[in-house]
Amino acid sequence: MDTIKQMLSLSLILSSFRFATPIILAALGGIFSERSGVINIALEGMMLFGAFAAAYGSSINGNAWTGVIFAIIAGLMFGAIHALVCVIFKADQIVVGTGINIFSTGLTIFLLQVLFNVKGTSPMVARLPSMRIFDVRFSVTTYIALILVPVVWYFFFKTSWGLRIRSIGEHPAAADTLGIKVNRWRFISVLMSGVLAGLAGAHLSIGDGSAFVREMSAGRGFIGLASMIFGKWHPVGAFGAAMLFGYAEAVAVRIDLPFIPSELISAIPYILTIVVLAGFFGKSTPPAADGEPYTKGEN
Amino acid sequence: MEDRWENIKTIMANFGISLLSIVVALIFGIFFILLTEQSPVTAYKALYQGAFGNFSNILNTFWRSTPLILTGLAFALPFRAGLINIGAEGQLLMGGFAAGVAGYYFTSLPGFIHLPLAIFIGMLAGALWGGIPGLLKAKFGSNEVITTIMLTHISIALTINYGINKLRTSSRMATPRIESTAALLRFKEIPKHPIWGKLPFVEIFAEPGIRLHMNFILAIISAIILWYVLFKTTLGYELRAVGFNADGAEYGGINPGKNMFITMFIGGAVAGLAGAGEALGTHLSFMSGMDAGYGFTGIAVALIGQTHPIGVIFGGLLFGALNQGGLEMQFAGVPSEIVNIIQALVIFFVASLQILKMYLRKRKEKEGVE
Repeated sequence: MDTIKQMLSLSLILSSFRFATPIILAALGGIFSERSGVINIALEGMMLFGAFAAAYGSSINGNAWTGVIFAIIAGLMFGAIHALVCVIFKADQIVVGTGINIFSTGLTIFLLQVLFNVKGTSPMVARLPSMRIFDVRFSVTTYIALILVPVVWYFFFKTSWGLRIRSIGEHPAAADTLGIKVNRWRFISVLMSGVLAGLAGAHLSIGDGSAFVREMSAGRGFIGLASMIFGKWHPVGAFGAAMLFGYAEAVAVRIDLPFIPSELISAIPYILTIVVLAGFFGKSTPPAADGEPYTKGEN
Repeated sequence: MEDRWENIKTIMANFGISLLSIVVALIFGIFFILLTEQSPVTAYKALYQGAFGNFSNILNTFWRSTPLILTGLAFALPFRAGLINIGAEGQLLMGGFAAGVAGYYFTSLPGFIHLPLAIFIGMLAGALWGGIPGLLKAKFGSNEVITTIMLTHISIALTINYGINKLRTSSRMATPRIESTAALLRFKEIPKHPIWGKLPFVEIFAEPGIRLHMNFILAIISAIILWYVLFKTTLGYELRAVGFNADGAEYGGINPGKNMFITMFIGGAVAGLAGAGEALGTHLSFMSGMDAGYGFTGIAVALIGQTHPIGVIFGGLLFGALNQGGLEMQFAGVPSEIVNIIQALVIFFVASLQILKMYLRKRKEKEGVE
């Protein structure tokens, strides 16, 4: 009985917002990229690099907002690599995404040594402002994520730019005949995806914490990807899934459940995603041209 | 005759792309070395010395390439059947965990049963972990990229977070030490071995620094078997047909679903062997962190080897050399993570240069029309 009370307690539910923040941002990033037709499994690496850049930026002048700007630039840089290799050189998007993830792990540990002269954890840096609701810290990044959900929804479903991106992801050749520059829009979408993943990283290092720790993204980029699929490539759906996964993480961290080891609770999002993909809760279908490079004059 | 010449030309083009990617990646690496205010010449010299400087280092390069060859194969084989297995990391963990547990759980088996049994259990665990996405793809059309990513994270929770915590007997994040009957023979123990020690010239292995063990031999054998299966058997023909054009293959009477499952099952088994080798040969237990990203680096290894099983051996040796040499570089004051950066760059360049191949093919098609 106590366990159930704990699981439904206000502080636990509020703290799931905190855990869900990077997942929401990564999922929104994934939606940008994949709605335009570019698979992005590099969200994990982009988030990690964003986290590092945020900590470094914050350490330069003691202002955490510098960190946010650095995280955005870091996301743009990795987004640009992904877009350049996938959209312009038409390389295999999965392979390149994996490459970015390896690159990010190596690069962040390398830069920790070059810039901070440490191997595991950066020195403490200034963190972003936060507001307490009851006893739970809400970092400003959490508010940003929550505001972005309706903004991204509005962008994709109520503006002509959003419509363009969606049409490119479904049928690039048709969009092309209407005069939409397919590869330019894809490039922009992947850049946006990098920015959002970078912000997710900023939440980890200077929003929720106040230092960069090696490999601190710890699979959250992939959980973001899972949320995107779970939410059927829709911002509101992805938000719901991210909240569910954030809640699962909050439970795993804060509560000792008698019937399931807490180590295994963290696997629940992954199991649910497999179940959803197999079509047990209604089919989750990606945009039709997801993963296919576009060359003018073919198809 | 014409055909053979075409074949050789393709192989040369592939080889050229791989070589070019490595060279360009090493050139880009110079930039990162300069950031550390060290001389790139010193760094690359140390890298070369560490990998090939003496006999022990060369054998240790082989040792480090072993799991990479196997995870490279685990990516290459499904790739030939049109599937992307980026879950070798999880298959390796499951294989290593199962083999590690089998290694200490059975206490009174003779070595000639215990070791093969532990390896078999490891391979089976990896095969099942690879087979699940294959089956889901065949039955429900689930995207194997996502399922393998998810299964990798499930396996981390199962083996490292839960399994080790449950089974460990000391503060070391590992399962209990395996019985000696389950250990893979190490090369440095060969001179003292009752049977192998009688062979001539084995004294050269009597160096305490040599860490190479028998899984390297098993990895080479695996590559040769997979080469044979892929290019000399009906199964291999079917796999490649499905990879080339799944609908066309189905029209030709081949069952794509069955082949998707088989190729992922075999790929998982090979990745499981990588894990079993690390548990039974390198660490003598299943240890947290022993996967060391091999599953993901294996993708680069497979691409460098142009997803050809024999090419994968060379890709694995190259990346093994980078990993081994990276240590020496660390001693020279350059962070060994440069090696990971170079490996990632290789992936970008190999992947990007495929466009060259497409361009050449198009030009040839145009010539054909005229």
